[in-house]
Amino acid sequence: MSLQTPLGRVLGKGSAGEGVGHWWLQRVTAIALIPLTVWFAIGLLGHSLQSYEAMRGWLGQPWVAVFTILLVITLSWHSRLGVQVVIEDYVHGKVAKNTLLLLFTFVHVVAAVAAIFAVLLLALS
Amino acid sequence: MNQRPLSPHLSVYKFTYTMSLSILHRLTGVAASVGFLVFAWWLMALASGPAAYAAAMRLLSTPVAKLLLAGFTFSIVYHFCNGIRHLVWDTGAGLERAQARRSGAAVIVITLLLTAFLVWAGCAALTRGAP
Repeated sequence: MSLQTPLGRVLGKGSAGEGVGHWWLQRVTAIALIPLTVWFAIGLLGHSLQSYEAMRGWLGQPWVAVFTILLVITLSWHSRLGVQVVIEDYVHGKVAKNTLLLLFTFVHVVAAVAAIFAVLLLALS
Repeated sequence: MNQRPLSPHLSVYKFTYTMSLSILHRLTGVAASVGFLVFAWWLMALASGPAAYAAAMRLLSTPVAKLLLAGFTFSIVYHFCNGIRHLVWDTGAGLERAQARRSGAAVIVITLLLTAFLVWAGCAALTRGAP
């Protein structure tokens, strides 16, 4: 059953059906980030940041690496969704909007892959 | 049809203090996104070896960088606290005007206290074992 009006259907207006998914994922990642960021902040500030050996020794541990990778994935996803909303709300030109959306998607993917690869290198080498 | 106003059209509303909290949520979210890029760069420096990490930490220990890191800390803490406020709203609770004003004030107080503590702890962690 569709709640769209017949006119709306003919004109192709109305919901694209994806808004709830975006909204929901923003909340799911937000909830996951609560324990992940608290855990990471406590771990990070508990070590001497200037010491390469200390940071490497901490981030290279199996469970620390796993949860840091989970943090990176969740954080980049949440950030991507948020930046998308900001661009959609404030950039009005079609070309500028789509260019920025594409650009910031790529930036997030590059940063996430780099961060995950870095943690894997620390844990596996 | 194409000329209808689209959200957010902020200028049509009377300004209230809870509005500035909402705008600050977006600003701190964008700042935290920049912080995420710095975080990824820092992890890559750590994975690149002792020399690259030492260079990165020298850069991060300059006064300007410390100020930026304090700004990222404030942004993340505010976005974290106000984000929990939004999650509570999503359940349908706390949406009355007085309640929203009170929770907003609580977010500001907690953010300032937590940011001050984390900046202090961050400075301690930055100087610990410094060459």
